[in-house]
Amino acid sequence: MPVAELAGRQVHVNEEGFLTEFDEWDKELAKVLATNIGIEMTDEHWKLIEWLREDFKAQGETATTRRLQTAGGFAVKDQFSLFPKKPGKKMSYIAGLPKPHGCV
Amino acid sequence: MTDTVTNNLKKLVILGGGTAGTMAANKLRKVLDKTEWHITVVDQDNRHIYQPGLLLMPFGVYQPDELVKEREHLFHKNIDVVLGEIDRVDAETNRVVLLNGRELTYDFLIIATGTSPRPDQTPGMDGAEWHKSIFDFFTLEGSLALREKLATWEGGKLVVHITEMPIKCPVAPLEFSFLADAFFEEKGMRDKVSITYVTPLEGAFTKPVASEYLGDMLENRHIAVEPDFMIESIDDERKVLISMDEREVPFDLLVTIPLNMGADYIARSGLGNELNYVPVDKQTLLSRKYDNVFAIGDASDIPASKAGSVAHFSIDLFADNFVDHVNGRQMTELFDGHANCFIESGHGKGLLIDFNYDTEPLPGTYPLAGIGPFSLLKETRINHWGKLGFRWAYWHMLLPGRPMPVSSLMSMAGKHQPTLTK
Repeated sequence: MPVAELAGRQVHVNEEGFLTEFDEWDKELAKVLATNIGIEMTDEHWKLIEWLREDFKAQGETATTRRLQTAGGFAVKDQFSLFPKKPGKKMSYIAGLPKPHGCV
Repeated sequence: MTDTVTNNLKKLVILGGGTAGTMAANKLRKVLDKTEWHITVVDQDNRHIYQPGLLLMPFGVYQPDELVKEREHLFHKNIDVVLGEIDRVDAETNRVVLLNGRELTYDFLIIATGTSPRPDQTPGMDGAEWHKSIFDFFTLEGSLALREKLATWEGGKLVVHITEMPIKCPVAPLEFSFLADAFFEEKGMRDKVSITYVTPLEGAFTKPVASEYLGDMLENRHIAVEPDFMIESIDDERKVLISMDEREVPFDLLVTIPLNMGADYIARSGLGNELNYVPVDKQTLLSRKYDNVFAIGDASDIPASKAGSVAHFSIDLFADNFVDHVNGRQMTELFDGHANCFIESGHGKGLLIDFNYDTEPLPGTYPLAGIGPFSLLKETRINHWGKLGFRWAYWHMLLPGRPMPVSSLMSMAGKHQPTLTK
């Protein structure tokens, strides 16, 4: 796996630039990742990202936009307004998680 | 069999007698001693549909009676078939309760109730325009209604649409688009029809190599693609699809794949995820919660295509695993997510794709390296004949549980990794 320098440190990423090590993530890094894709983090953004991280710890996989709605209570429509066009991909990128399944 | 005899037997109950449930019942009947095991299959009706045919029926390829058989005749001897709707499963007490009040107890349970299109889950989909200008094709009723519509339709904006992944047979909407292009061309009216492919994915397919190849095929056929489109609702008066980010796609004729969900009793029983699929180990199909419950075919949450081929390959391995598991031995046949799908591309040609959890569809030959006879990710006539010939194999080899001359696990022999151009 390639290594990238982000927020002044070395982290492991895949060919699309997604972090591959759960524990290499922190909020400072997430801010840099968000800036990379043109998103300025607000409290609302953080709520989703933190929920995704917690859910991943429990489930072992990244929640889909649908699961974020049914299990997390975040309406899909709001996910689209916070992370325009590709919420599933953008949220997992910022949260340092793999892209959600459903794409099979 | 009388109750006194069956009471001494171990009880296996299979919920759902579709592709996966029928194959599993017939395979397990061969390997489970009938003096030790009683097998019961529960299904809500007596109509087994050859689902791949539903894609072709709108274009006049099949008549309904070619696609439907009576379910109870597809099982081997010594398998009880119970017709009735399932109310719930109580997995703590090993009981299945039917809506008619009947209760079935089990030692082991196999959930094989598949996935179903749910047009009721998208506002505006199954309203006044349902089966008038808005159609599905993965139900017999939808496929037949669409056939009638296409026979007399004079042209306009055709939109082929996927609501949300995962869906039953992920290549089917692409095939529908290719077949529609060929159908209208052969009718001499292609210039009167615009075709738009609307998908929640980033491109034509889920995996990069196939997506590029299939994307080129759409472009060559002048089929426009609207990617990253997550539907919020349909305005059936204005005839437009509206996305979560407020894009609109107008249509005159909409062919949609509604949201696919597992059966509602799974939710009522607390056995499913947010789409009513049963969480299982992706290599053994054993429930992650209950040690005597499996979910096979489309009913499970494994990250593989929801397709008959996946059910077939996984159940080849499953029968041996089941025998090991019920005898307290470790399961050793680990499923790799192998899928194998014919893709009809119109004008008597087709493609074939072969892939698994880790390896995306690649070009090459199948099943024999360098020989075929089928070509992977390439349009040929033989691939099309393979698809048509498969219907016979389905009824006479697959469902009875006879061995097919292909490997259950995916093989890299005959495949090669191309360089992406985009």
